[in-house]
Amino acid sequence: MLTISNYVKAKTLEEAYELNQARSSRVMGGMMWMRLSNAKVKTVIDLSGLGLDQIEETDKVFKIGAMCTLRQLEQCERLREEYGDGIREAVRHIVGVQFRNQATVGGSIYGRFGFSDVLTAFLALDTFVELYDGGIIRLSEFVNRKPDRDILVSIIIRKGKRKFRYSSVRRTKTDFPVIACAVVTGIVHGEESWYFTVGARPMKAALTERKWKLGPDESEEAIAAYAKEIAGEFDYGTNMRGSAQYRQHLAEVLLRRSIRSILTEDK
Amino acid sequence: MEIRFILNQKQVAVDAAPDAVLMNVLRDLGCKSVKCGCETTNCGLCTVWIDGKSRLSCSVLAAGVAGREVTTLEGVEEEAAEFGRFLAEEGAEQCGFCSPGFIMNVLAMVKEFEERDAASGSGVWDIEEIKEYLAGNLCRCTGYMGQLRAIQNYMAERRGAAEGREMKEVQA
Amino acid sequence: MTREKMSDLSYVNHPVPKVDSESLVTGKAVYTNDLAPSDCLIVKIVRSPYAHALIKEIDTARACAVPGIECVLTYKDCPDKRFTLAGQTYPEPSPYDRLILDQRMRFVGDAAAIVAGVSEEAVRKAMKLVRIKYEVLEPVLDFRKAKDNPVLVHPEDNWRSLCSVGADNKRNLCAHDECGEGDIDAVIASCDYVVDRVYHTKANQQAMMETFRTYTYLDAYGRLNVVSSTQVPFHVRRILANALDIPKHRVRVIKPRIGGGFGAKQTSVSEIYPAIVTWKTGRPAKIIFTREEALTASSPRHEMELHVRVGADKDGRIRGIDLHTLSNTGAFGEHGPTTVGLSGHKSIPLYGKTDAFRFTYDVVYTNVMSAGAYRGYGATQGIFAVESAVNELAEKMGMDPTVLREKNLVREGQVMPAYYNERTDSCALDRCLARAKEMIGWDRKYPFYECGNGKVRGVGVAMAMQGSGISHVDTGSVAIKMNDDGFYSLMVGATDMGTGCDTILAQMAAECLECSMEDIVVHGVDTDISPYDTGSYASSTTYVTGMAVVKTCEKLRGKICSVGAGYLGCQAEDVQFDGVNVTNLKNGESISRKEIGNKVMCFSNEALSASEAFSSPTSPPPFMAGIAEVEIDKETGEVEMVDYAAVVDCGTVVNPALARVQVEGGIAQGIGMALFEDIVYNEKGKNYSNSFMQYKIPSRLDVGRIRVEFESSYEPTGPFGAKSIGEIVINTPSPAIANAVQNAAGVIIRELPITAEKVYMGMMEKKKE
Repeated sequence: MLTISNYVKAKTLEEAYELNQARSSRVMGGMMWMRLSNAKVKTVIDLSGLGLDQIEETDKVFKIGAMCTLRQLEQCERLREEYGDGIREAVRHIVGVQFRNQATVGGSIYGRFGFSDVLTAFLALDTFVELYDGGIIRLSEFVNRKPDRDILVSIIIRKGKRKFRYSSVRRTKTDFPVIACAVVTGIVHGEESWYFTVGARPMKAALTERKWKLGPDESEEAIAAYAKEIAGEFDYGTNMRGSAQYRQHLAEVLLRRSIRSILTEDK
Repeated sequence: MEIRFILNQKQVAVDAAPDAVLMNVLRDLGCKSVKCGCETTNCGLCTVWIDGKSRLSCSVLAAGVAGREVTTLEGVEEEAAEFGRFLAEEGAEQCGFCSPGFIMNVLAMVKEFEERDAASGSGVWDIEEIKEYLAGNLCRCTGYMGQLRAIQNYMAERRGAAEGREMKEVQA
Repeated sequence: MTREKMSDLSYVNHPVPKVDSESLVTGKAVYTNDLAPSDCLIVKIVRSPYAHALIKEIDTARACAVPGIECVLTYKDCPDKRFTLAGQTYPEPSPYDRLILDQRMRFVGDAAAIVAGVSEEAVRKAMKLVRIKYEVLEPVLDFRKAKDNPVLVHPEDNWRSLCSVGADNKRNLCAHDECGEGDIDAVIASCDYVVDRVYHTKANQQAMMETFRTYTYLDAYGRLNVVSSTQVPFHVRRILANALDIPKHRVRVIKPRIGGGFGAKQTSVSEIYPAIVTWKTGRPAKIIFTREEALTASSPRHEMELHVRVGADKDGRIRGIDLHTLSNTGAFGEHGPTTVGLSGHKSIPLYGKTDAFRFTYDVVYTNVMSAGAYRGYGATQGIFAVESAVNELAEKMGMDPTVLREKNLVREGQVMPAYYNERTDSCALDRCLARAKEMIGWDRKYPFYECGNGKVRGVGVAMAMQGSGISHVDTGSVAIKMNDDGFYSLMVGATDMGTGCDTILAQMAAECLECSMEDIVVHGVDTDISPYDTGSYASSTTYVTGMAVVKTCEKLRGKICSVGAGYLGCQAEDVQFDGVNVTNLKNGESISRKEIGNKVMCFSNEALSASEAFSSPTSPPPFMAGIAEVEIDKETGEVEMVDYAAVVDCGTVVNPALARVQVEGGIAQGIGMALFEDIVYNEKGKNYSNSFMQYKIPSRLDVGRIRVEFESSYEPTGPFGAKSIGEIVINTPSPAIANAVQNAAGVIIRELPITAEKVYMGMMEKKKE
């Protein structure tokens, strides 16, 4: 069972960072996962007083504060206008409204969990994380970093015309995914680019990209071949929710459907 | 540590450990409606409102609600009883153990949807939307159908009452 | 009561709200943990990390030294007299194979030590300081290899079986039996079509929202008072007396409101722990099982492997059913010898035209958590197998499975050889099936239809039966008394576990006494006060305790008449009681019930109370038909519930609202069993399904639409024509959904749950063929 000897509601990020340098400190997000651990925490640091619960927009970026809840993501009209239903689709299956009113974006990303829908979704977009000490780095880099004592301040998505699709397969509707896939396409540096992430393999989400020029009249066979190629790039594992073989098959199906859906939208 | 917050419209101060969980603190304060069904944030039985939003009190640190407003079923007893009558008509409270958390989330949903309707002028609730809103409230007795019937009847009556009020205003 | 009078009923057959509904929906403190005194010692269990081990050394000194710890108990502190936790009528068929704490650990999670202290914190700290040296032994984890395995789960000499159930602890055998009629082998050999298949159902958790919990204290007389979330208070009294080796009169059990049971609480899972703490220390104590404990050290459904052979002639008459069941009772034998019986006795009789049947079974011990009672109680497993086999038979014959059933299903007036030769005097199974077909649009949809988006929908069917109480065993007694102003107190020993039996029994009493519901106060169970009842299980309450209510009220009516006649100065034969007044029919003079109630409290030699018991030589089966419509993604194998049509014959429906919710709830649980729920162990016997994060019960997004109707027969031996409803409702989803998958995707899944992956792999296999 989790024990905590000291609770501090940080008044500044600096204070939070200083406190977090002790090995026995923990920054709390929504407390969804930390509570299930057996950690002996000396100081728990609450960031909820630092105004990190906003989704801000500039002409270039969306900046999502680390303490934004998943429910805020789900209900954000601007994200929906920009990326369609994909963002909502990525979080709406997560347990229930109460849970999503509490679980934070920062917690989801910082945890780098294998089952994370949020990570799978953001990794496919042009996403960066803002760290208090480490500055702004790509999410794809952050994902593979070992957890350290830095503080995740916000998630930054660089805008740009993108099409975004998110899909997953679950055993029950509110369970962890058996597999989760995001597909993003758009023109990057003048070239049509495709980004694919597959999460819950059950390993954490990973990203691959292609400079593919695909037209709306692409044949089913061709799309299937693309999907097979992408799905084949990831490794898969077996656990209670599914076998490696089945997961790879699902990834292939979901990727194919997402590509098809994006191309059909162009028609 | 001392924690001050507003519980069911009343200021309270409690002495709680830094790792005390809100659910236990609330039960100790006499809010026995707050139940624990799973300990892993999956069942929804411990649902309370913090600043008006449904939350899972089993995974909220009591320390974190300092200065906030917490509402349990005891704080909305009248509304609970009103909706509860519709639930009881269907026999859909059954063992009743999940009822408090469920009713808290139903009332939060009704509030949220009605506010949205007031803003948009529409008033049609999709059943799928209702089911999705309440998906985090597990119930093992009822199979959920009776709960849905109760919600639909409750909404129909609220709309009827609202329309009735409008009619009266028109007549007046 | 005759059928003609049904339409005149005022309370029975009406959707009366539950008598406790208001307190439940406003969250009042009515459950065990709400009522427990704040000074209770907190009791927790140190559990074995090994599936099979012997405690070589156990050192509690450091744990005891933790401030606030009251006691740490080990097997050395517990009586060495075995008992069972099964809540069954004495002598229990379940073997006496338990101690409160044992030196031998028999599953991961078995109790090794009990720690009690003043706070949760202190107890948790002390638990870590209990030093145990285990001798790790080889476990028996595969139930197919358990019988006659050299590794014995219960080698001890003081193990004993009270009833002749074919148990032998030296063979890992908890029960064995064979029965039948006719020459099954000859019949099967001469059939034109035979299906010979093996089915596998997994252990499932009841997953009631309120976990197991109990608090205990000593009263002014030094007696052990036990307040517990239980379905079987009277059995708990006996179990605790056995466990603690104390006289039964030293124990009192009280049942408050219960947050669901579904059979889980027909086993005394939690009571022994605070009981021994209170008995040893004299202090109040409570245990609240965590969800993890409730999922890893509880009383789930018995895993079963069922080998079915079904044969039919070329016209579709089912001529013989041969069933062998292997049941896994786990580490202890609770409900092992009895659940297995239902797998055959409540599945084979669904078919009324057989020439022969045979039913044999073995129940084995293994080193996983002990199984127990779960709604359906073995019938669920047997019906999955037999109904699935009949569906495979229909496919083999190229026949619509509903048509095959119409030709063979049991009908009113038939004797059922596999159901102890009972005759069914009330059976509307034929109407249930016909109506379910109409509801779903079977003739339009069977076997499947394409949705055009890579998805296909299929329909599938199953039938079910259960019993209404245990014949010759279950006993319900009821007491009723009249109080001032003429209100009644109804005292029942049947335990309302949320299902509403306090309400439906009061409805029956109100009907019998021609008074309003408000005139009747129902008292929950207290073994010191309540009349004896075996408890709420085996679908017994409506039928058995309901009849006791009818008998008791009739007796009280007689007394009211005679007392009223006395006050009116006439003969009892000359008066009539209409619920409000006792009237002298000769002169029209009357005295009100209110006056009688008040008068009888002064200068009276007659107690206006009555008590009667009821037990039945038969157990009339309710029947039902269930049809599932599912949608299957042809690429992923995902199965989505679309619609479920259920039609039930539970005789007279005592409370249509509560009965409907019983059916809907049972079907949703059945859907969970069919599609999602599975208790998964690793190769060392560790249970992975230890939280609601890993053991997924259906949410409201997972059950589709569930529609329920009733086709009532009239059971002449039941109260107002009623039979049972509580258990039968979980039996059809697994076979009906499996059949819908079969019809939609051409894939037959014989092992539950029917996961998307299994369906996908099946479709792949089929493609290869």
